[in-house]
Amino acid sequence: MTAAQIRQGFRQRATTALNDANLKVAINRTTGTAETKRAASVGDFPEFQAARDRAAAIKDHVIANLDHYLAEFERNAIAAGAHIHWVRGASEAASIVTRICKDAGAKRVTRSKSMLGEEIGLPHALDDAGIERVETDLAEHIIQLAGERPSHIIWPAMHRTREDVAVLFQKDHHPPPVAGDAASMVASARNVLRGKFLSADVGISGANFLVADTGATCTVTNEGNAELSTTPPRVHIVTAGIEKLVPSTDHAMALLRVLVRSATGGEVTQYTTFHCGPKRQGDADGPEEMHIVLVDNGRSRMLGDEFRTMLRCIRCGACMNHCVVYRQIGGHAYGGTYPGPMGAVLTPVLDGLAKSRDLPFACTLNGRCEEVCPVRIPLKTLLKAWRFRSWDSQQEVGAMRFGLGLWGFAARRPRLYRFGTRIALPLMRLFGRDGWIIRMPFDKGWTQTRDLPRPASRSFMSQHRKYGNKGPE
Amino acid sequence: MTTSPRVGLFVTCLVDAMRPQIGFATIRLLEQAGCRVEVPRRQSCCGQPGSNSGDRRSAFRIAKTVIAAFEGYDYLVAPSGSCVGQIRSYPSLLSDPDWNGRAEDLARKSFEIIGFLHDVMGWHPEGIRLDATATYHDSCSGLRELGIEEQPRALLAEIEGLKMRPLDGANVCCGFGGTFCVKYPEISTAILSEKTGNIRQTGADLLLAGDLGCLMNIAGRLHREGAATRCFHTAEVLAGMADGPAIGESGT
Ligand code: SF4
Repeated sequence: MTAAQIRQGFRQRATTALNDANLKVAINRTTGTAETKRAASVGDFPEFQAARDRAAAIKDHVIANLDHYLAEFERNAIAAGAHIHWVRGASEAASIVTRICKDAGAKRVTRSKSMLGEEIGLPHALDDAGIERVETDLAEHIIQLAGERPSHIIWPAMHRTREDVAVLFQKDHHPPPVAGDAASMVASARNVLRGKFLSADVGISGANFLVADTGATCTVTNEGNAELSTTPPRVHIVTAGIEKLVPSTDHAMALLRVLVRSATGGEVTQYTTFHCGPKRQGDADGPEEMHIVLVDNGRSRMLGDEFRTMLRCIRCGACMNHCVVYRQIGGHAYGGTYPGPMGAVLTPVLDGLAKSRDLPFACTLNGRCEEVCPVRIPLKTLLKAWRFRSWDSQQEVGAMRFGLGLWGFAARRPRLYRFGTRIALPLMRLFGRDGWIIRMPFDKGWTQTRDLPRPASRSFMSQHRKYGNKGPE
Repeated sequence: MTTSPRVGLFVTCLVDAMRPQIGFATIRLLEQAGCRVEVPRRQSCCGQPGSNSGDRRSAFRIAKTVIAAFEGYDYLVAPSGSCVGQIRSYPSLLSDPDWNGRAEDLARKSFEIIGFLHDVMGWHPEGIRLDATATYHDSCSGLRELGIEEQPRALLAEIEGLKMRPLDGANVCCGFGGTFCVKYPEISTAILSEKTGNIRQTGADLLLAGDLGCLMNIAGRLHREGAATRCFHTAEVLAGMADGPAIGESGT
């Protein structure tokens, strides 16, 4: 997504997405597979529900004692030789990372996929600082070639079909891969990236977990690119949200079990790496310096309000894979770093409700997201909480307020309400032909694409009054 | 059940205005199951339009009206999972100590009609025949908030002559979502078209569901697409009222 698209409104982005047939194919392929695989893998794991409860309990415990675990983590990470940086906001985080890179005299950095990096605008900050940035995750590499932002938190390039990617690779890879052949495309990307892994000065990664009792950071990938971006360079920088804390390695593994099943339907990720401080004497490899940047960016604000449970999120992406809205419009339409249901809750926290007010409303509240969320985040309740805030802070549009106010007034006065129905029904029926209303001036939203059944000539209440329980026959 | 329970019928605003027959079908079923049914006059709506749009205060006030109208009955029964879901959520909406207990009492005794017939009353359809093929869409609130899944399928399977066909993605939202469908009509329609596509794939004559919101949405799109599939509320079929006009057919 380009900067211009970010400024477009949600509705316009959604319309663009809906008209993009290619996008639909791409989304269906990936989310469809993810959904099937998740179902199979959850079916194979009889204790899955118990594992979810445990995962939610672990996160809740950490959230309730965050200060304690952060202090413990800091102590242990420093003891292991890492440098800890605390930051409040996004831009501060990005500038600290670029400063560390500059201090290290870095010309080239390798980066392994991290949503937090996106959240703090790191790719942009590095580009601005004139540091060559190499995205090592295959999908991120694709995104970088296309000059876009991720559209999914697990598969950043899921909006692009294999065919799209072949075209991109043809242009940028030397020698060009065999078009459409996945193996040849992967091989060509590997060739391009391999040399860069070894020549980078700094490697930047995110973290899935920060382990308090050892001071280690834990990163999982399926491509092994996190290891390659963080081991050979002289300096390793980890950026992580403060909610990533877990008490111990066991807890990290408990969360990982539900994370992987929910995300890809696998049992474990291919690569699970713990980094504990820089290279020690006698170590064969590893960075000479390790920096951990702990980012708040709105998270501590969530601690104190009803969005607290959102801090449980382990970024598995299951909610978006199962979301009917996401599956129609894709991730870019959401306009923030995080798409789908979790993004609709988080984006207003990060960007402010005024800028993202459509998101909590563009949801049917069907509840499938929370049905699959491995840490049982009550996403529906949180989306409704944003709607309440939007209303209470007068951000709801005037016509809507007025209409609902009128409705509410009548609904509390059943006699008035019945009087209203008695008048409204025959009026509405005037628009009908046979049983259907094909066009209705004040209801375009409905009748543009669907017909509306013609209302009854007399309401249930009035028929019931006349005929009693037996009804009209 | 030794004495026949007194049931207050919650009509739902859509049933009231759009398809009263669903209300009468519900009464018929409840009476067959041995209930005494009354329709409290002091009712209009469950408050969903307000609470789903963020207007907690108006939802809160409507909730009080509903509680006052229904608390004298043994049960509140409605032909809609989403309205019952809303009524069951009153305790979380009402932060008023005078009302909390009353809201909880009502929440406990509020039921969606099909779940009520099957789970509470142990009712079975008798002597109902319908020679047709049908497929069933799970409405989201009924399914996920109230666990209505097996009950309609079990009861429909007992209707003589009716053949049920499985629907791909039966538990996927149809894109209605209350005000969502008019606020974001394009997204809603994109979701809906997948639903109607799957319904047409089954080749069934009838589409059945337990919530009039979804049914109006689906029926409206099927009609616009020129499909011949006819739409009924499950209660209408179980009450033997599927020989009349379906949703949107003239004569209603
Ligand atoms: S909200 Fe739940 S389902 Fe969605 S990404 Fe977070 S953990 Fe996964």
